[in-house]
Amino acid sequence: MMTDTPRLELIDVHKSFGPKVVLNGLNLALSQGESVVVIGGSGTGKSVMLKCILGLLHPDQGRIRIDGEDTVDLRGTERERILTKFGMLFQSAALFDSLTVWENVAFGLIEGAGMEREAARIIAIDKLAKVGMGEDMAEADPAGLSGGMRKRVGLARAIATEPDIIFFDEPTTGLDPIMGDIINNLITECVQDLGATTLTISHDMSSARTIADRVAMLYGGKIIWAGGVDEIDNCGNDFVDQFIHGREDGPFALEVT
Amino acid sequence: MSNPLAAVGRIFLSFLATVGRLSMFTGRSLSAVVTPPFYWRLCLQQMMTIGYYSLPVVGMTALFTGAVLALQIYLGSARFGAESAVPNIVVVGLTRELGPVLAGLMLGGRVGAAIAAELGTMKVTEQLDALITLQTNPFRYLVVPRLVAATITTPILVLIADIIGVMGGYLVGIHRLDFNSAVYLKNTFDFLEAMDVTSGLVKAAVFGFLIALMGCYHGFNSKGGAQGVGKATTDAVVSSLILILISNYFVTEAFFSQ
Ligand SMILES: Nc1ncnc2c1ncn2[C@@H]1O[C@H](COP(=O)(O)OP(=O)(O)OP(=O)(O)O)[C@@H](O)[C@H]1O
Ligand SMILES: [Mg+2]
Repeated sequence: MMTDTPRLELIDVHKSFGPKVVLNGLNLALSQGESVVVIGGSGTGKSVMLKCILGLLHPDQGRIRIDGEDTVDLRGTERERILTKFGMLFQSAALFDSLTVWENVAFGLIEGAGMEREAARIIAIDKLAKVGMGEDMAEADPAGLSGGMRKRVGLARAIATEPDIIFFDEPTTGLDPIMGDIINNLITECVQDLGATTLTISHDMSSARTIADRVAMLYGGKIIWAGGVDEIDNCGNDFVDQFIHGREDGPFALEVT
Repeated sequence: MSNPLAAVGRIFLSFLATVGRLSMFTGRSLSAVVTPPFYWRLCLQQMMTIGYYSLPVVGMTALFTGAVLALQIYLGSARFGAESAVPNIVVVGLTRELGPVLAGLMLGGRVGAAIAAELGTMKVTEQLDALITLQTNPFRYLVVPRLVAATITTPILVLIADIIGVMGGYLVGIHRLDFNSAVYLKNTFDFLEAMDVTSGLVKAAVFGFLIALMGCYHGFNSKGGAQGVGKATTDAVVSSLILILISNYFVTEAFFSQ
């Protein structure tokens, strides 16, 4: 059945940098309209996982299927065709500092979709309003923004083209609790109103509980636990338990590398 | 510690790897030049930054070089009574050699460093990755405008440098060396051949291309944080200056045998 095809599927993905093994047989599948939050310690390869899916990094081994299509070896225009389905908020926001705030948000509309600048500007202002940024910020220079503001501009850029699949790499890190809540609602809205499938990376458990349908935990290069957000408190997995309560004692050894 | 031959071998292999990577980079850049889309606006913007803003530096260099040439050549030629050759030797020296080479070296420092630092920062702050996810090819969007702009504007800059340099020589000639103004100009232009100027401009185009290529290549390949960008910038400048001096010989040789 077509409807059973996951939107996004990672099968046995491996990725190493030199001798350092980061992903070691990772499996994960997202179905249409699902919101999955991946949690995991710092440096476990969460951002690397997203970059492998987008083709920014090439996995050493394994399959990545998007709407059933194998994408690992796609390049050039084929890769660009796949990327039109995606929106991405980078952990560092990665704003173009040669462009103004609104030009950053409108970039995918103008360069990717070939929209007129005037029309794209209107959409960009609207998306900026959604992340709590007024029209007066539109002409600002990204270099002059605070970390949290940069993140919100990055978020507006990720959703500007209303893509089918949206990745949020730590969307609420660096935001105050109220703004964090606004962003959580925005992500939920993307799923509900646009029917987008989202994959969010977060350290913030309260945010994860708000936006996730499912939570997956990455450890040792693999997903060691995945389940519904309501199961997370009684999952019976010591790693997850330690992580969500932020305890110092537990199965996570303090690894010195 | 181990076999010195093995060390030599390793260096040689890493050299070959660099040559390979650079050739691939050049190939991808050139194929991006000839396939659409072409970003006109960005290219014009780069022509302003590379060309227009380099005018003061290049102009100053040319003015004083022309002036010094006139003095030195006068000293040399006076020893066998050939002072009247000063204007001609100044203009040939400038157009064939010193105009393009000195302008190239100045631009290598100014433009090569700026390109490497900008693109290197974009690389380490994931802006290149962001470009790709927004379905924009970084070669077309960043490399091509810089390559095209540098290749076009460097010859224009060098032509202006030639004129300013001759002017520098002229000023010294008539004020310091007691040349007659009309005679100086006549001797400058009577023996000047089109090939003197053309070969200099061809050199300039080659140098401009190499400067932008080195800036882009090292910027795109920078690693790590601020330190990586600093290293990329240094590498871009050093490698473009060396390539300018090497290619200068070969372009000269190509025009020499004609
Ligand atoms: N381009 C790269 N080259 C070499 N090593 C890399 C590269 N990118 C990531 N790594 C390494 O891979 C590991 C995982 O990095 P990653 O950025 O995915 O961590 P993360 O799970 O996102 O952590 P955080 O929560 O701190 O963002 C790290 O040890 C990092 O040093
Ligand atoms: Mg990360």
